[in-house]
Amino acid sequence: MIKYFRLIVFLLSLIPLIIILMKIFFDNLGPEPIKEITNHTGNWTLLFLIFTLSMSPLKKITNINIWISFRRMLGLFAFFYASLHMLTYTGLDYRFDLTAISKDIITKKYIFAGFTAWFLLIPLALTSSKKMMILLKHNWKKLHRLIYLISILGVIHFIWLVKKDLTEPLIYLIIILVLLILRIRFNKNALLLFDNKRS
Amino acid sequence: MKKINYSQITPEKIYIKRRKFIKSLGYGLSSASLSSIPLISNAFANTDLSKLTDYEYITTYNNYYEFGTNKSDPYLNSQEFKTKPWTVRIEGEVENPINLSIEEILSSFSSEERVYRLRCVEGWSMIIPWMGFSLSQLLNKVNFKTTAKFVQFETIYDPEQMIGQQKSILNWPYTEGLRIDEAMHPLTTVVTGLYGKSLPNQNGAPLRIFVPWKYGFKSAKSIVKIKLVKDMPNSSWMITSPREYGFYSNVNPNIDHPRWSQATERPINGDMFAPRIKTLMFNGYADEVAHLYSGMDLKKYF
Repeated sequence: MIKYFRLIVFLLSLIPLIIILMKIFFDNLGPEPIKEITNHTGNWTLLFLIFTLSMSPLKKITNINIWISFRRMLGLFAFFYASLHMLTYTGLDYRFDLTAISKDIITKKYIFAGFTAWFLLIPLALTSSKKMMILLKHNWKKLHRLIYLISILGVIHFIWLVKKDLTEPLIYLIIILVLLILRIRFNKNALLLFDNKRS
Repeated sequence: MKKINYSQITPEKIYIKRRKFIKSLGYGLSSASLSSIPLISNAFANTDLSKLTDYEYITTYNNYYEFGTNKSDPYLNSQEFKTKPWTVRIEGEVENPINLSIEEILSSFSSEERVYRLRCVEGWSMIIPWMGFSLSQLLNKVNFKTTAKFVQFETIYDPEQMIGQQKSILNWPYTEGLRIDEAMHPLTTVVTGLYGKSLPNQNGAPLRIFVPWKYGFKSAKSIVKIKLVKDMPNSSWMITSPREYGFYSNVNPNIDHPRWSQATERPINGDMFAPRIKTLMFNGYADEVAHLYSGMDLKKYF
């Protein structure tokens, strides 16, 4: 059963990729194609980070465990779209012009935030397997808490690049903060429960 | 100071014809070599004004916050905008303030085609065949006093028609300004149309300013007031973020905006494999305008 659900989530997660490939194929990207691809992959990275963060609260709210089994895949899709985003910027836009790119990373704070967020995703993607989970033991959890920092960096990246109208990035920020607060509260409750059991 | 008479400047139409002719001579070779080397920035390519941006892009990809902050908003939200009746008031440090109707303006000044490069501060550019005439012609209609050192432009304020003005995104009405010598420069254009047609609403109908060597936001749209003033006026963007937007805002590849590198730009052409091109000092108009700023520290007066 879970297997089929996973397959469905996997296929659904491919939709943003299919949309952008269709747009490329049918030459439907509009006046500024590179920006269109950059924005598309950037937005979906943030959304997948949010999906990933939502699984644990969803499990607690609905009392259904299945959500957790999607988490790794969703996290890997966040990394996948983040990498496409990076490749669009470094490859398509800047033709791997390393001097221009490194200058951007140093001097433009939104690029710095975005680059850092992507960079921090790498160790999470590398240690996402069950094997690594067992190998790293309790360190795994600590390491993977980075996802909150990464999400916030991602939104800051968005806030800093917007020229004037902050509505969109602020919506992302609010959702991520709510998820973070939920997380802290659940943890507190769990701690309380744990304490009660001990006493 | 070097002075350029209007007669010394090649009319745009002839200019384009010459360029087209020159280009046609070496077209086969240059286009073949251009497409086979997909590397960044061919320094020679961006002074070439012969490849006009598509009408569709010019009229659907706009920064005009009065009609919304998305690039497609101005096209979507401006179609009902009324540009008749329309009056432009010229006032301030002048002998005789006047109100001119759009009809009077269109009949007293003949518009010619002027192909200019538009460089947005966000790092993209278009090549637009505007219709228009030099602002100096309009300003000469009023005898401005010697105390007039700057010119301030004001866009219409009409939140009922301009949904963007219902939110306090910018300091409405939109204002922009130029130094008097910048305003009197023959390249500074009063735009009345593009591609040989009347100006679409989303591009600033019925009348806008275009200053080719400055970032796009310096060119105020849908002008209702031109005021000659003694002191440097504030502009909407300067009020919003003085650190990011200076009064001069001349296109300058050597001075980065805090968020966007200004060294290169992406031509708007719908081609995802088209390379960035190098941005030129004063947007390629250095020969015509650099003398206006001689001796000025452009880092300080950005």
